[in-house]
Amino acid sequence: MKRMTIRSLFLAVAGFAITGLSHAGTLDDVRARGHLQCGINTGLAGFAFTDDQGNWRGFDVALCKGVAAAVFGDASKVKYTNLTGKTRFEALKAGEIDVLSRNTTWTYSRDVDLKLTFLGVSFYDGQGFMVPASLGVSSATELSGASVCIQTGTTTELNLADYFRRNDMNYEPVPIESNEEARQNYLSGRCDVYTTDRSGLAATRAALDNPDDHVVLPETISKEPLGPLVRHGDDEWGDVVRWVLNVLIIAEEKGITSDNVAEIAGQMSKDAEINRMLGSEGEYGAMLGLSPDWAVNVISSVGNYGQIFERYLGVKTDIGLERGVNALWTDGGLLYAPPYR
Amino acid sequence: MLGNLWREKKPRQLIIQIVAIVAALSLLGFFGRNALNNLELIGRDVNYAFLFTPSNYDINQHLIEYDSRSTHLRATIVGVINTALVAFFGILLATVIGFTAGVARLSSNFLVNRISYGFVEFSRNVPVLLWILLCHGVIVHNLPHPRQALSAYDLFFLTNRGVYSPKPVFEPAFWGVVAALAVAIGGACCFYRFAKQRQERTGQQVPVYWTNVSAIIALPLLAFWLLGFPVEFEFPAFKRFNFEGGLVLSPEFLALTLALGVYTGAFIAEIVRSGILAVSHGQTEAAYALGIKPNFTMRLIILPQALRIIVPPLISQYLNLTKNSSLAIAVGYMDIVATIGGISLNQTGRALECMSIVLAIYLSISLSISAFMNWYNKRISLVER
Repeated sequence: MKRMTIRSLFLAVAGFAITGLSHAGTLDDVRARGHLQCGINTGLAGFAFTDDQGNWRGFDVALCKGVAAAVFGDASKVKYTNLTGKTRFEALKAGEIDVLSRNTTWTYSRDVDLKLTFLGVSFYDGQGFMVPASLGVSSATELSGASVCIQTGTTTELNLADYFRRNDMNYEPVPIESNEEARQNYLSGRCDVYTTDRSGLAATRAALDNPDDHVVLPETISKEPLGPLVRHGDDEWGDVVRWVLNVLIIAEEKGITSDNVAEIAGQMSKDAEINRMLGSEGEYGAMLGLSPDWAVNVISSVGNYGQIFERYLGVKTDIGLERGVNALWTDGGLLYAPPYR
Repeated sequence: MLGNLWREKKPRQLIIQIVAIVAALSLLGFFGRNALNNLELIGRDVNYAFLFTPSNYDINQHLIEYDSRSTHLRATIVGVINTALVAFFGILLATVIGFTAGVARLSSNFLVNRISYGFVEFSRNVPVLLWILLCHGVIVHNLPHPRQALSAYDLFFLTNRGVYSPKPVFEPAFWGVVAALAVAIGGACCFYRFAKQRQERTGQQVPVYWTNVSAIIALPLLAFWLLGFPVEFEFPAFKRFNFEGGLVLSPEFLALTLALGVYTGAFIAEIVRSGILAVSHGQTEAAYALGIKPNFTMRLIILPQALRIIVPPLISQYLNLTKNSSLAIAVGYMDIVATIGGISLNQTGRALECMSIVLAIYLSISLSISAFMNWYNKRISLVER
């Protein structure tokens, strides 16, 4: 993957000229180009994967589609760029992509030092460990001396070092470039443990031949708030992406789904917030530089937050995640969008 | 006046060269300024201060003291040592394989000749990245888990997490053995010089080779015995997950060294073959006609002439091997590209700074190898009298 780092470096250097000089605004650029450029994972079950027809689908991909629906009224106007943990930020900074929606943890230094703008949390995650059931390990505190497979260039790498140091345990880190390579090394027994975000572990475990032979240990060793991000310096564009995410959450709160959004938008609701959001009251779309019915387009193409979650990650999928902390605040979760007012 | 300068050959050449240099420098300056300007425009400074902050990540193979509280600078040094290690053993292996296969390729024995031919053609025509992945795959997927390790006398263990062997732990008295070795080598050098002078003066020969070899082996052994065997061994033992203690060669290191050694070895084989073939057969016949023994003919007549042809392309192969070691990232071996150019770059986001450091390090490693080999080349090159 050295090739990709260097490529992205060149892109960065080349991109300095572009990003440095063009201040026309990302929204205008995207409109002029005719499609959105969205950075996603190279492949992670549930978050970014290809279906039978070779189309990208998943939880992270749905946000890209939502943004495209908001801008163009057409969720298919997205060009996906698959990025590894190492190449993602340079690709964003170099202007290769407009928005990064790739299970990326919101951290201080990424926000401040890398000059990226996180637009909210789309998924509250935490780092966990997966081990073969045959090892008979029931807690992460028993892992002293183990070999641990880890994706390099991620926050998990740092959490792992911190966790083992804090607990006076030693381990052998086995650095791996992608989720697929990690799976290979884990299955061949090169490492005893695979560590990444719990959602990623669930997705990886679901894709194994015998998921029951592997257990995810109970410890969660870090906070991993995942969310979409854009470059610093273009707040208008940041607002667009932020409010696409917020609209998805508010829609679930208000019970608006992809099935009933057209019907609800067609008539005046008693709930004024719904009217404002769906464009039948006020000039809210224009404030964002979008059409009045932009939120209708978003919800009708990708559904609300709950629908997206159930479709790609929920208990009925292979990944089988509970909503847990990712439930609405009204259901005891952490999802809480500011009012649409 | 100016016209005169232009008409004369020497001043004209000088003017053209000066203009060319100025043009090249200003182009370079323009690019540099442009990069710095644009970096400033997007609010990115060039700053190396992060090198002195804790790295926060662990590295599995470190020959010097290192943990996640060490600085990025120390992580870089660990990476440099790991690169140097794989380059050193890779070059050693490639040279051995190359010289063996190259000589075998010249063998009149049909089988030896063809096997070597097949090896060379197969090895050098498969991309080196595939070699690395192949070696790593074979080790990781085919060797047993540590639990079912293949063991030799319960001292050496072969597993898919590496090769484990007892690790010597030297006591302070071991320095005596080292000193004995130094004395032996120093003595051998003096004896060699003395013997040579004597031969030039009187024409008499003394058995220099065997005297020196036995002195270099015997003296340290004697010291070792006299000091009461000042070395202990730490044996690898299986704990809950892994072997602990002892000396371990990780699968990543093995795969990389093996792949680079085999791949580069095939190129060296052809260089060696061409070098030997380039020495005309008349040289051998002339030596025999003078009554020089066959092994002296090889050592004193053929090899010195062949080396002159072999060494310059050999330098290129050594440099290639060193630079190809940056493919280590494919199997997760923690070399320079993986440490400062990989994880540090990622965690700090300082791409320009990190890549410039990687660049500088590769450049200095390559230039040092090049300088050494050029010196060696000069030493063995034809001295015209």
